[in-house]
Amino acid sequence: MAGTLAEKVWRDHVVRKGTGGEPDLLYIDLHLVHEVTSPQAFEGLRLADRQVRRPDLTIATEDHNTPTLDIDLPIADLTSRTQIETLRRNAEDFGIRLHSLGDADQGIVHAVGPQLGLTQPGLTVVCGDSHTSTHGAFGALAFGIGTSEVEHVLATQTLPLAPFKTMAITVNGELPAGATSKDIILAIIAKIGTGGGQGYVLEYRGEAIRKLSMEARMTICNMSIEAGARAGMIAPDETTFAYLKGRPHAPEGAEWDAAMEYWKTLRTDDDAVFDAEVVLEAADLEPYVTWGTNPGQGLPISGRVPVPEEIADENARVAAERAVEYMDLVPGTPLRDIAVDTVFIGSCTNGRIEDLRSVAKVLKGRTKAENVRVLVVPASARVRLQAEAEGLDQIFLDFGAEWRNAGCSMCLGMNPDQLAPGERAASTSNRNFEGRQGKGGRTHLVSPLVAAATAVRGTLSAVSDLDLAGDVDLTSFDGSPLAPLDPSVPMHV
Amino acid sequence: MEKFTTHTGIGVPLRRSNVDTDQIIPAVYLKRVTRTGFEDALFAAWRGDASFVLNQEAYSAGSVLVAGPDFGTGSSREHAVWALKDYGFKAVLASRFADIFRGNSGKQGLLAAQLAQEDIELIWKVLEAEPGTEITVDLEHKTVTCRDVVAAFSIDDYTRWRLMEGLDDIGLTLGHEEDIATFEANRAAWRPHTLPAKHLPTVEVTPARPVS
Ligand code: SF4
Repeated sequence: MAGTLAEKVWRDHVVRKGTGGEPDLLYIDLHLVHEVTSPQAFEGLRLADRQVRRPDLTIATEDHNTPTLDIDLPIADLTSRTQIETLRRNAEDFGIRLHSLGDADQGIVHAVGPQLGLTQPGLTVVCGDSHTSTHGAFGALAFGIGTSEVEHVLATQTLPLAPFKTMAITVNGELPAGATSKDIILAIIAKIGTGGGQGYVLEYRGEAIRKLSMEARMTICNMSIEAGARAGMIAPDETTFAYLKGRPHAPEGAEWDAAMEYWKTLRTDDDAVFDAEVVLEAADLEPYVTWGTNPGQGLPISGRVPVPEEIADENARVAAERAVEYMDLVPGTPLRDIAVDTVFIGSCTNGRIEDLRSVAKVLKGRTKAENVRVLVVPASARVRLQAEAEGLDQIFLDFGAEWRNAGCSMCLGMNPDQLAPGERAASTSNRNFEGRQGKGGRTHLVSPLVAAATAVRGTLSAVSDLDLAGDVDLTSFDGSPLAPLDPSVPMHV
Repeated sequence: MEKFTTHTGIGVPLRRSNVDTDQIIPAVYLKRVTRTGFEDALFAAWRGDASFVLNQEAYSAGSVLVAGPDFGTGSSREHAVWALKDYGFKAVLASRFADIFRGNSGKQGLLAAQLAQEDIELIWKVLEAEPGTEITVDLEHKTVTCRDVVAAFSIDDYTRWRLMEGLDDIGLTLGHEEDIATFEANRAAWRPHTLPAKHLPTVEVTPARPVS
């Protein structure tokens, strides 16, 4: 039977077919756990006297609450400390592998799975976190779940799931220099809206997607949820296999061959039918920035803050009015004139090594704009080590940026890294909701390149606004894997 | 889980679209490790504003929230449902819900009922004209009644059945333990395992320090 990629992965995981409107029961291959959405799930297990069915398919890290400074000292915030200590106790009690603060494999859960080679094509991956969609970049069916589902997976290693629809998002052509996969996904969300993907699993395809590195693909899949989608996927190909090969948990020898044989079947059949299709031309894209308070409120950086009265749709107009007011913007202002107080480079969207490399390329030899605070937070401790081995940390420090320990940090401001009320940030993260990065804080979502250029100029900027003297090739993301990693051999940019 | 057949309670008009879970419960409250006691966190950023609907006497004891389209978008935090429930809400009516929020609601016994936007507008008008008006949500017949407005709502059959039976998810699944074991027995050996743990070389992570 012809099928889309998502349908194939689904079929291969049906434990029990639902009858009469009942959902299918799906097997879960990999369950990622972090400190925020798990305590109540473990509490539930204890209350019902249940065990974790498959600790060997479960892995936990500390990320949302972890401080990015002084990680060897006790966590000052008591509630953060409680959550983290609760996770440590739960992991110990239930026999779950945990990467704690200070461990080289600690970091944002969506960075840790891929870098350890645990995220593989054709898996079902879940986590109590909406950005689990990140793992779809490998051709896995990966989605965020709520805490009671976390408990369900812990207890049964399965989930009852209602079927989804499929949407193909085809991105043709080639990205212009200075535009990145972040701009592709911001453009997609601006086009289909924050509810446009609702009920769908998105499959990104087309020439522009095929050309992206693994990490750039993760950025796109990461933000599928911002279009309201259940998940986002990209069919695995040579890029995927090359990224996986040699990682600690990737299959080896005969198992690698068996896996490859299966992985190569993971593509949408030519005669399969999607429920919806969207097409984008990469060549038309330029760097995108958001002006409002949802990720769909984005525009090319050459644009201006919208004038709400000119918006015909009433809901969109009301939303725009509120957003412009909250963001303290004057309608009609060129986006490039918006001055920021903070630049945040990090998160599970754009905190990986390639992101840091691309930022370092732009920042090298420059100094930051006055009065701008620049925070660089690697997604995982491994990314940090790799960046330090490559000398990127020194480039950031020389530029005037702060170089931090790994974690979610200012992406959601659960740790001390927050925006002050009224403060404005250019952020490489994925959500610009009111107060997301700190109460009263204002967020503009941008790509790492735009974040870097903005840090140089102090106003929202594209790299084309800088005099790069032609020596920086912004298209060459080589996707070098994190493993095998030998920190004693520094690789300088 | 309590069985849900019908509920009658004060309707609360929330005239906002795209109410995301960060608005329903800001991230700072996610730090708690308990399952209950989130009533103070509900719409925390708006509760300081005297004109906010829940701060108005007539609506403060509301139990049926009538919201704009795309309710519950954003983060998957189930705390959003806990906060609504802890505050006393039994049902949320909207013309569109985010999938994850809808899923979470069903599992927690909070009814997420999908109505046509025209019906939401009619109900808003009634609730605003007469604050404190009650709404009856009838899950059996899938209807909502608010004074003379009677509207049908949709909900998937499975969630409806579970809500009406008050069934716990895990217990349902564990009834199929044999199927799970059979599936596991046939699972490809190369699929990854987190244990025993395999690592890259161990290296020391030094703490970052504040810059002076
Ligand atoms: S970096 Fe941000 S979006 Fe990603 S997991 Fe952490 S808080 Fe969520």
